[in-house]
Amino acid sequence: MEIGLVELSRLQFAMTAMYHFLFVPLTLGLSIIVAIMETVYVMTNRPIWRQMTKFWGMLFGINFVLGVATGITMEFQFGMNWSYYSHYVGDIFGAPLAIEGLMAFFLEATFVGLFFFGWDKLSKVAHMGVAWLVAIGSNFSALWILIANGWMQNPVGAEFNPDTMRMEMTSFFEVLFNEVAQAKFVHTVSAGYVTAAVFVLGVSALYMVQGRHNDLARRSIAVASSFGLAAALSVVVLGDESGYSASHTQRMKLAALEAMWETHDAPAPFTLIGFPDRAARETHYAVEIPWAMGLIGTRSLTEEIPGINELEAESEAMIRDGLIAYDALMTIREQRDATPQEVRDRFEAHSSNLGYSLLLMRYVEDPRDATEEQIVMAAEDTIPGVAPLFWAFRVMVGLGFSFIAVMAFFFVRASFYRMQFPRWSLYAAVAIIPTPWIAAELGWFVAEFGRQPWTVDGVLPTALSASHLSVAELLITLAGFLIFYTVLFIVEMGLMVKYIRKGPFQDVAETAAWQARHEHRLRTHDGQGPFANPAE
Amino acid sequence: MILYELIDFDLLRVIWWALLGVLLIGFALTDGFDMGVGALLPFVAKTDVERRVVINTVGPVWEGNQVWFILGGGAIFAAWPPLYAVSFSGFYLAMFVILAAFIVRPVAFKYRSKRDSATWRSTWDWALFAGGAVPALLFGVAVGNVLLGVPFHLTESLMPMYDGHFAMKFLGLLRPFALLAGVVSFAMLLMHGAAWLSLKSGGAVAERARRIGTTAGIVAVAGYALAGLWLAVGVDGFALVNEPVANGPSNPLYSEVTRGGSWLSAYATRPWIAIAPIMGFVGMAMAMRGLRAGREVSTLLWSKMGILGVISSVGLTMFPFILPSTVDPDSSLTVWDASSSHLTLFIMLVVTLIFVPLILIYTAWVYKVLWGKVTEADVTGNADSVY
Repeated sequence: MEIGLVELSRLQFAMTAMYHFLFVPLTLGLSIIVAIMETVYVMTNRPIWRQMTKFWGMLFGINFVLGVATGITMEFQFGMNWSYYSHYVGDIFGAPLAIEGLMAFFLEATFVGLFFFGWDKLSKVAHMGVAWLVAIGSNFSALWILIANGWMQNPVGAEFNPDTMRMEMTSFFEVLFNEVAQAKFVHTVSAGYVTAAVFVLGVSALYMVQGRHNDLARRSIAVASSFGLAAALSVVVLGDESGYSASHTQRMKLAALEAMWETHDAPAPFTLIGFPDRAARETHYAVEIPWAMGLIGTRSLTEEIPGINELEAESEAMIRDGLIAYDALMTIREQRDATPQEVRDRFEAHSSNLGYSLLLMRYVEDPRDATEEQIVMAAEDTIPGVAPLFWAFRVMVGLGFSFIAVMAFFFVRASFYRMQFPRWSLYAAVAIIPTPWIAAELGWFVAEFGRQPWTVDGVLPTALSASHLSVAELLITLAGFLIFYTVLFIVEMGLMVKYIRKGPFQDVAETAAWQARHEHRLRTHDGQGPFANPAE
Repeated sequence: MILYELIDFDLLRVIWWALLGVLLIGFALTDGFDMGVGALLPFVAKTDVERRVVINTVGPVWEGNQVWFILGGGAIFAAWPPLYAVSFSGFYLAMFVILAAFIVRPVAFKYRSKRDSATWRSTWDWALFAGGAVPALLFGVAVGNVLLGVPFHLTESLMPMYDGHFAMKFLGLLRPFALLAGVVSFAMLLMHGAAWLSLKSGGAVAERARRIGTTAGIVAVAGYALAGLWLAVGVDGFALVNEPVANGPSNPLYSEVTRGGSWLSAYATRPWIAIAPIMGFVGMAMAMRGLRAGREVSTLLWSKMGILGVISSVGLTMFPFILPSTVDPDSSLTVWDASSSHLTLFIMLVVTLIFVPLILIYTAWVYKVLWGKVTEADVTGNADSVY
């Protein structure tokens, strides 16, 4: 493989995935907020709620389409840039991706068209149903994608098959109910809800500052802050759940993002802030909260959380153990069916550490030729970049807690102070619009950068996963995506700003007139019910 | 879990081979007319209102249609991981071009009419044209290359490798036969798009669409016939040397493959498969005649039958091969050695049997709600809720 190829492939994946996730969280949350607004409209029959549905729905649409467009890259990029990964774990990883298409994406994409084009063709209740189907579809999408991603973090329900040279599924239920996936799913969709809540809050606050669309803005703040408060609480609780599951599934990631070099006597303290130093293997100027880490990570006072140094030593032992499996695998590959049972047994006994021996392929072609020095180097490779993880995690958590405060404030003002919001708070709400995106991107950074050096934890190293492309090909597509995505981003932001400036495009009187026309049309249309085309 | 052993591994493989075809055909039938409409856009619609009529005929449905493409990718990943790994990395730059087209197209649909500037709109119109025409052509080129074989080999660890310079990897795809296949798919989808416009629009737009569609139909039929002839005389087929182990492990290197002979020998051993090319010819010819005569619903149905026939003829001709290798025929991927495990295929089949009928039902419902022609009044009267 050419030098730099893996790094470029990683860069391209990180760039396209993080770009995709600029649009996804808003889709997840705004689809639900819009469906809630339309439900209120159907229940109260008040035109203002229809106006809100249409306005936020318009912004939802501008955002949604880029989520769809950039998601296409994700679906194909595994095969294009990570072909060995695709071969090696496709038997497990491909299934949730395909099910996502069948169960979720088809639903949201089919009905989203009807949401925008069906206002005149559907009854109010049917249209509301369509809005909910779009929201449900979007959120189910996230479920299946996170089941796939969760498996990369915690590969359960699968084993290596020496005949096909790949991992194969042994239990679909274990893959499905992977604890990491479940915690990640709720954490991620909640983060999306918070993002949308902050967005709706911020745009509405802008209108209030400008003194226009007051009715729409106040009601929108009421919806956003109550929805957002519940979501912000859920993000933090489920984030904690992720931490708990990491303490036994991804111990190295946990130790790295806490910069916990040495195993501490239980219960371990939580380092609030400090400066991790990899060379010295210590964290300078650490401010610690006693017991907190032990309680969060293990939910006990007696269980120890292993530190980085201890885990590194474990990795080294696993590499040596994996080499036994690798050696047996080579015999099986040569002799196929003629392999003695004893060799197959040996492989079975050590195959759980096979992935660790593959770490050596970064240094030697045949892991069995590795020197002692290389084994030590490979063991050190299992420590991800501590300082970036440490900081990214702290900023994300800090933002997460601040969202609870923001949402609680607006919720209280909306519920108990007759929707009177101090002017400073409105300015603040506008200013914080970008922060949930920062938190969400940092969250993915922590999850995926913290997974290194693996694509699938303990199973397949990143260095081995990439396609054998040429650096030139990578540079062409990287430049292509960079230019293309930048242009799209500018275009999207331009339209968002234009439509936010323009505000709701139908005023309440117009909406009321439409409603009367529409009901008349549906009533007088004989026999064919609400689904007939009124244009006929 | 013992349940999955209810269906034998080899049968599951054949079912998933057929389902792969169903997905590709589903994609071509639905997203196919979107691509055709995109490619026709600058030629059938001259004024802004006409263009908006054309765009709004597919406006509410392109999103759902495009999912067939994404599902195709996901299903290949889940059911045929080696195919997913080898083909997408092998066609790397071509795939990038296709992705770019599929990314720009949704954005163009959604954003085109959101600003009044003429430059803005005409830029997006050309994006829609490219987003339809380029993939319509490249999908055919890809199929042509699959028939010719692709220069890859698998290492002992089943890592896909490519030989030669990267520029040749891309330009090498543009072989004459593959280009002919590209022309066939382009013309076929143009005809399909014209059939859609003939049904969903009216007046001058539909008139122009029918005229271009008729020509496209003639090109598609002629090109398809020529490709068949070319396959008979100028393209080497592939064959398995030994009787395949139909329920063996999915390791392509376990079987021996030779190159030589003709793909068309399949019609001697399995004469019934001739039904596919017959459907292809009849469907396309009838669609072409329907376009000329101005028939609407039946034309679209004939066009669908034509596409169904053409695509399934490729799969049936190549069976059991999925992706043959020119440089190392033994690495070729076949139905018997490039699938997922028994368990994964079974689970995916169950999921598919539950959800595909549901998808078809609600998609049909949506099309029913949207039934009827898009008129200029529809477009000008609802400036904010249509494209």
